[in-house]
Amino acid sequence: MMAWPAPLRALGHPMGGLAGGWLLLVAAAAVLAPFLTPYAYDVQDLPQAYQPASAAHWLGTDEFGRDLLTRLIYGARTSLSVSAAAIAVSVLCGMVLGAAAAWFGGWPDRAVTVAVDLTWSFPEILIALILVAIIGPGTTGVMVAIAVAYLAQFTRLTRAQIMTLKGETFVEAARCLGAGTGHILFRHLLPNALAPVLVSAMLATGDAIILEATLGFFGLGAQPPVPSWGGMMSAGSALVFKAPWVIIFPGLAVAITVVAINLYGDALIAELDIRQKLRRTA
Amino acid sequence: MTALLQLEAVSVAIGTVPLLDGIGLSLERGRILGLVGESGSGKSLTAMAAMGLLPLIGGRVTGGAVRFDGQDIGAMTDAQRRALRGGRIGFVTQNPMTALDPVQRIGEQVDVVSRLHLGLSHRAARARTLELLTRLRIPEAEAVAEAWPHQLSGGMKQRIVIAMALAGEPELIIADEPTTALDVTVQAQIIQILGALVRDRGLALLLITHDMGVVAQVCDRVAVLYAGRLAEEGPVGPIFAAPAHPYTAALIGCIPQDGMAKGALRGIPGAVPSALAFPPGCRFHPRCPRASDLCHRIAPLPTPRAEGRVACHHASPPPEGQP
Repeated sequence: MMAWPAPLRALGHPMGGLAGGWLLLVAAAAVLAPFLTPYAYDVQDLPQAYQPASAAHWLGTDEFGRDLLTRLIYGARTSLSVSAAAIAVSVLCGMVLGAAAAWFGGWPDRAVTVAVDLTWSFPEILIALILVAIIGPGTTGVMVAIAVAYLAQFTRLTRAQIMTLKGETFVEAARCLGAGTGHILFRHLLPNALAPVLVSAMLATGDAIILEATLGFFGLGAQPPVPSWGGMMSAGSALVFKAPWVIIFPGLAVAITVVAINLYGDALIAELDIRQKLRRTA
Repeated sequence: MTALLQLEAVSVAIGTVPLLDGIGLSLERGRILGLVGESGSGKSLTAMAAMGLLPLIGGRVTGGAVRFDGQDIGAMTDAQRRALRGGRIGFVTQNPMTALDPVQRIGEQVDVVSRLHLGLSHRAARARTLELLTRLRIPEAEAVAEAWPHQLSGGMKQRIVIAMALAGEPELIIADEPTTALDVTVQAQIIQILGALVRDRGLALLLITHDMGVVAQVCDRVAVLYAGRLAEEGPVGPIFAAPAHPYTAALIGCIPQDGMAKGALRGIPGAVPSALAFPPGCRFHPRCPRASDLCHRIAPLPTPRAEGRVACHHASPPPEGQP
């Protein structure tokens, strides 16, 4: 019997361990940022501008002489927290909507399905841009934009899961033993739907980081001097030839983090797939 | 003694399609009633009707009444019916492989039934669960209670499902093909366990099956359904010795016997008709060797024969020396 929970077991996979390690490192750096670096992210030091990597500035400096590594670490704070919080809100709302649609059927189901199909007919970036335009640039706007952009995905997934689970024998059996609607919904249906939704949320967080960076690149995310990975790339895009590291390192941070999330997500899928295990032992 | 479960000429329809037509059954405490018939004959639907679960599949009782301990289930409120299910009526599902929630530990799933229906605390419910598992001859009950469903074998899971059915102190157990998904050796154990429960605790058992062998082993009475109607009903001994209805005779002919010549095992030609196109008259006549003109036109009504009833225009006469 395995006592470890699946997220820890996923670290035992070779790729899952590597990816999980990177994510833990980035998360820890984001949390401990003030203790890790002697520099402030917003203090300009113009004589030190455009420095390439050195012992004092490991990843070099930007056009205002600010330490790039420091800004990258503080940028992780913004990018990760905005993406993760947005996805969490999105998952919660999506599960409620999806479960309600699947459970009640009829017009609630049709209304939710039509709304979901409508949002899916637009690219996510377009929905996000429209919402940011309405709410105004800044982290709140980006958070709402990301949450809404991915809402359809979680609604649809939860709805499909609950629809399938509704017909399972154990749900029928629970009913035959006198269980009520609440018990069946919260004790049987949602817990069974949770694993795939969480894995999909994990993978969506990777996409959300890219979306957050894109919005930041357009200048719609965290406003200067607060760093975000997208905002840093935007500033670096003017310096591609003069100081290429200013755009390369935030770009690498986004790329490596998103790949790590996907690899860790794959390991998590392998560990969480209770159904597959059921089939293997049966 | 009044019957614990009584179906009085129950008819059931889903939407506008009539599926059961005037089914009459009765089951007393301490007895086992076998309900047999091919797939599509209405066995499971009869069980759903007995538990008041028809609305779930869009069905309703269109005639007659289902009485449990004298009370009309159709006249009860939803809450009363729910208290009955799992409380006074236990249910054992068809497929143990999928009857347990894969993301809940075994113990929790059994506990919740006695907490819901007997109002036990967590601790008392777990004690009761362990006692039930031990009584069902599950070794290392405590370890099993902490296990996940995928860690158990099919036979073990079916015992857990039986434990869940027993957890609410039921008086009636409805078992819908409890052994169909299990291998033969485990089948015998499960049947033995169910039989012992009836003898030792005075429960009534409605055993739905399509296995006439199982019926012959444990049942007191047997009711044969065909296409939503009762074909024959009565005590097991006389019916197996001399079936009156040609369909019962055909079902019994499907049981492999000792010393049977190779290829002698008979099947029944044709299939159960769809509920959308029941033939007129006796619904069995297209497959019946004894069918006459009369059978094409007029449906036979159940009439008393020996200690049971049979619905056939050409029922075999009872053997010598019986009324």
